Amino acid sequence: MTSTDSTDVLVVGSGFGGAIAAYHLAAGGARVVVLERGPWLSSTELTHDFRFGTSSTRVFDFVIGDGMSVLSGNCVGGGSVVYFAAMPRAPRFVFERHGSIGRRMWPATISRDSLEPWYDRVAEALPVTRQDWSSVPYAGGLFAAACAHAGRTANPVPTAVDNDLCVNCNWMMAGCRFDAKRSLLLNYLPAAVAHGAQVRPLHEVQHLERADDGGYRAHYSLIDETDYRLEVGSGTIDAKVVVLAAGAGATPVILQRSAASLGAMPAAVGRYFSGNGERLNTAIFDEERIRDVLGLARADGIPYQAYQVGKGPCVASWDRLDGSLPEYSRYSLEQLYFPPGFGTILAQAPDASGPTWFGVAKKEILRRWQSWLTVFIMSEDDNEGVFGPPPSSGNATRLSQQTLGRGTLRYRPTENTLHGWAQADADIREIMERDGLARVMPWTNEVIGAYTVHPLASCRIGDDPQTSALDDRHELRGHPGIFVTDGAAVPGALTVNPAMTIAALAERAVPAIVHAAQQRGVRVTYGAPAPDGATSGRRAALPLVDGVVRQ
Amino acid sequence: MYPDAGADDQARTMTLEAFADTILPGEKRWPGDRAVAGAATGGGSVASGAVDVLRMPESGMAPALEALADALNDHAAAYAAERGAVLDETVPPFVALSFAHRTELVQALTALDHPEREVWTSLAMFSTIAFDAAAHLHTADAVAGGHPGLTTMRFAPPDADGLWRFPEYSYGRRLARPHPHTTPSGSPA
Repeated sequence: MTSTDSTDVLVVGSGFGGAIAAYHLAAGGARVVVLERGPWLSSTELTHDFRFGTSSTRVFDFVIGDGMSVLSGNCVGGGSVVYFAAMPRAPRFVFERHGSIGRRMWPATISRDSLEPWYDRVAEALPVTRQDWSSVPYAGGLFAAACAHAGRTANPVPTAVDNDLCVNCNWMMAGCRFDAKRSLLLNYLPAAVAHGAQVRPLHEVQHLERADDGGYRAHYSLIDETDYRLEVGSGTIDAKVVVLAAGAGATPVILQRSAASLGAMPAAVGRYFSGNGERLNTAIFDEERIRDVLGLARADGIPYQAYQVGKGPCVASWDRLDGSLPEYSRYSLEQLYFPPGFGTILAQAPDASGPTWFGVAKKEILRRWQSWLTVFIMSEDDNEGVFGPPPSSGNATRLSQQTLGRGTLRYRPTENTLHGWAQADADIREIMERDGLARVMPWTNEVIGAYTVHPLASCRIGDDPQTSALDDRHELRGHPGIFVTDGAAVPGALTVNPAMTIAALAERAVPAIVHAAQQRGVRVTYGAPAPDGATSGRRAALPLVDGVVRQ
Repeated sequence: MYPDAGADDQARTMTLEAFADTILPGEKRWPGDRAVAGAATGGGSVASGAVDVLRMPESGMAPALEALADALNDHAAAYAAERGAVLDETVPPFVALSFAHRTELVQALTALDHPEREVWTSLAMFSTIAFDAAAHLHTADAVAGGHPGLTTMRFAPPDADGLWRFPEYSYGRRLARPHPHTTPSGSPA
């Protein structure tokens, strides 16, 4: 017989949305349990290894959908363990976007200005720091030089990386072995645990129902630590307040499955999914042109041949992040490394007479892999993703022991989205192919459709109940006491890497969650410092608390 | 038609090898190699371990491989019949196709409008991963052992402790003018 556990606040998922909420609630005095479907790996288990079954597949999920595949974290720490730690704030115009609904899609209470103090809290907590050119790896330098040669600007991107510890190994997608990447395993999560939060790995929440006391009961499965397709047990836990932060690819699925017991979900649950307008291009450089046109050479005289070296994306070009341009024509271009395993399959060979993504021509470009440079487009898509009926468990039917699954997300890019991609593709070609520097091809969308590493908006905040599942305090409409704080809550594409904005929104959501817990009799207060005890972010945010809590 | 295509393990292995070789081709392993067409110099997906990757329990493909090999041979036989081509019956039909025909058939099977595209793109993905990531081997061992794919890509070796570090990593100078509206935090305005 299954016994039911209980807690004050149940947090589902341990990425940015879950870890930040868990820390503040635990530090404020609430009993907090975090259920995470993935494993809990220490730094020494984060290995440099592409072998299936090592950290590169244990912590990573790749869910193939119908027209959109989603890559995401699957471990304690969530996306922060596998992310590239690029942490720019979203440009001002993003908060004014109308998207597909014909009016401002962000809540009236949120703008870049109103979010700044919450961004500051995250920047202090991780921390996030400005980068300078001395920390930029060869690939970022090459990208910057190509941009400059084309008359463009380029910026070192602010990151959550400790450069003193970083060895530029570029294995960060399998988790950082050296604790240089400031994942949540180094700040919010240990601080939450120090305040008594319990983090339970390999616990996959399947659905919620109402508990007898007016709170919620979560039903979860225990997942086998090696073969994630196997459920080795199950249980339930009651909570007065639930924070859903399972990721934009999973949070709406849990809610869809819960509709049978909780009652109808808001119409926007599982709709308006955004892939952050993402798309990749591979530039294959001519080493001699790098030297002759750009005047670049490493200390050993080789112009580049350093795709493998670095720490993910380090330089971005923000010339098109101009609020005066029409919607769907604004995007950032970011230098990126994508490791083998995922990073070559969809790359296309320029000038191939036969197939472009496999075959003889594909093998020829792999010979020049060290001269590759991936350019990442983050643009404005149209929130066109819709989730189908949920699978029997989890957010996908798992195909492999780890990583690979088949989900229900359907995505058909609209003309708006396609327009932005085409414009960005042309822009990249103009920059990278200028004076024979490189040959560029976008990754094919013909194999698995589009793809994103930044799923967003599948259960979003907003002011309009028809097009937003959450109110501006992140509470699920019609289901008081359930909050969503992960990327699902972000209203739409951000045109930059979203982790900083997801985290800032989670920070901003905490006071309302604390208030909801207080109303349900939980002895909890808001006002914890940063996880390391720093207080300047708190000082700036405390006066705003009344504004984000509806009394 | 090849008589034992549905029953012969070796035939199925050859079939899967011929598919992987179509994805990332390599040189023949021996003069009479039939599965590997020899369409490129150096080792390809097969020499990189494609069949080992497909058969790993971790990949989840193993239970489907027999059916996939048989289905691939059925497609190959139909493809040949449509063109009036006579196939060498001493090898499975897909292996009997020329490299150009294997390529054309794989293009058709993975095209957006093919009802079975998902399984064939999955097979192609694992064939690629064998080459570019040696997913059946520990990467440090694969590099040390001269794994064909990683060697072709000139994947740099790790330090003696099996971890990668690049002490030389930067041109070390400003290479572009930053955006004029960059905020004090280093973000776009």
